[in-house]
Amino acid sequence: MKILGIEASGLVASVAVTEDDILRGEFTINNRLTHSQTLLPMLKSMLDILGEDVCGMDAIAVSAGPGSFTGLRIGAATAKGLALAADIPIIKVSSLEALMYELSSDRADIICPIMDARRGQVYCGAWKNLEPVISERACSVDKLIEELSKTEENIIFSGDGVPVHKEYIKKRFESKKNQIYFADSTNNRQRAAAVAALGLKKYSDRLQKKEFDDTLMNSDDFVPEYLRKPQAEREKDSGLLEDAGARSLRKIANGVKNQI
Amino acid sequence: MKEDIYILGIESSCDETAAAVVKNGREVLSNIISSQIDIHTIYGGVVPEIASRLHVQNINGVIRLALKEAKKSFEDIDAIAVTYGPGLVGALLVGVSEAKALSYALKKPLVGVHHIEGHVAANFIEHRELEPPFVCLIVSGGHTHLVIVKDYGSFEIIGRSCDDAAGEAYDKVARAVGLGYPGGPKVDKLAREGNPHAVEFPRGEVKNSPYDFTFSGLKSAVLNYINHANMTGESIDKADLCASFQNAVVESLVERTIACAKEFGFETVAMAGGVSANSGLRAAMEEACRREGFKCCYPAPGLCTDNAAMIAAAGYYEFMKGNISDEYLNAVPNLKLGER
Repeated sequence: MKILGIEASGLVASVAVTEDDILRGEFTINNRLTHSQTLLPMLKSMLDILGEDVCGMDAIAVSAGPGSFTGLRIGAATAKGLALAADIPIIKVSSLEALMYELSSDRADIICPIMDARRGQVYCGAWKNLEPVISERACSVDKLIEELSKTEENIIFSGDGVPVHKEYIKKRFESKKNQIYFADSTNNRQRAAAVAALGLKKYSDRLQKKEFDDTLMNSDDFVPEYLRKPQAEREKDSGLLEDAGARSLRKIANGVKNQI
Repeated sequence: MKEDIYILGIESSCDETAAAVVKNGREVLSNIISSQIDIHTIYGGVVPEIASRLHVQNINGVIRLALKEAKKSFEDIDAIAVTYGPGLVGALLVGVSEAKALSYALKKPLVGVHHIEGHVAANFIEHRELEPPFVCLIVSGGHTHLVIVKDYGSFEIIGRSCDDAAGEAYDKVARAVGLGYPGGPKVDKLAREGNPHAVEFPRGEVKNSPYDFTFSGLKSAVLNYINHANMTGESIDKADLCASFQNAVVESLVERTIACAKEFGFETVAMAGGVSANSGLRAAMEEACRREGFKCCYPAPGLCTDNAAMIAAAGYYEFMKGNISDEYLNAVPNLKLGER
């Protein structure tokens, strides 16, 4: 079974083809956020070299989020276009779980991928023996550390949140009994090979039977998993949304008052 | 005999997710639009992040429906045309990424289309006999341009707005009057009941640029008028206000367009963009053209607002010229008219 993996949730742009338990090819770039200019050219040259065609794939596994909203959408729209043209389903894979999966044979007890979510938060989750122990969320690093230090197990961190918070995490764990590690460059960032492998592992049975659900789906139904609402929606929900008309009128009223 | 050419058009530059199939650049076989307007109305304007999310959600369904309605399959399509600018970057990226992926997987040529060139091309759908050169007034929420369409996809800009776009002025005035979003159609409707000479608002002139437009002074005059009335407790006749505002906008648009056609010796005047659906503008332009003996063209209202049929039509002429895009095509949010 051949799976095309697509990963564009962060700075990394990555595409891969996995055939059963063999990685046939992977093209990964960690440069700048220009996925709209890197992702498809990379895919094209990888498949050309492999002598493969999108239509020969059984499914497309997509890193669905959380992550950069724009990156997620470029990955999603690319996958949706490919899947629509090739008439194959999409497998929705969590970006965090795929990051975890890269480290699944690590000696640490708990694997904790963290992605920089700005505004003082990280997108994070934690897994032990491939089972989630902390569900995926956007929260402060303090909250995450609080949760993690409820156990005394060894923890390995990975993801683009590490360079931002590494020193702080080290300091906070100094007084704790957990041993902590940080993944190195071979597996501390997103990779499409992990997305494809995880997609295949989770859904190969159902893929054969074409049993669709909310993770194995028709490409029409696929949307990224943002974990966060748009800012305007949050403001509306909290009653902060102010009508722009009222705002411009008030500005002019102030101007008129100043003239008088 | 030459074979027919079918173009699949994709448009996602603002708040409409759209796909269409057009035959030979002129005949619309399908034109599907998934409008988000109800959602953005809650916020009083387009929220880019929400628009982008909805594009991703709806795009495949819209494309599938466009093919189904045209009774065509991907195999029948000769090229895929997509808007790559100008517009909201996050929104554009969805259509561009989707179109590139389709083009690559289907092994069909990709054609990047300028959104405004699409608006102009809507006239080729509406008026099958229309051919360049002609003068075209492009008026929308983001653009106010007076251009000479020299050839398909070839423009000379004669005038432009140096501040607000005409549609933007409509939206701002509508909000101030309390009509809400989108402002254009609402102001237009109310203006029909009012006296266009009730309030004499200023017609903006741009020094030394007879064909350029300015609407910020007019907009401020309207807002000041409302504010003054509010402060002194006078009541405002909203219909009169809208009619007077619209009259000022329409007059400056029509005057410059006709003067341009006269000076450069064209007898065909076209209009394009969302504001060209405005009934006041249409009536005034028709009347002015009739007086001068010019031919007046504009698309049906459904083709004035954002749609993918116009993108397919513009894409057809680019395709025929051999202007094909590659897999590096990117969204260009501030793409200028005439740029590639």
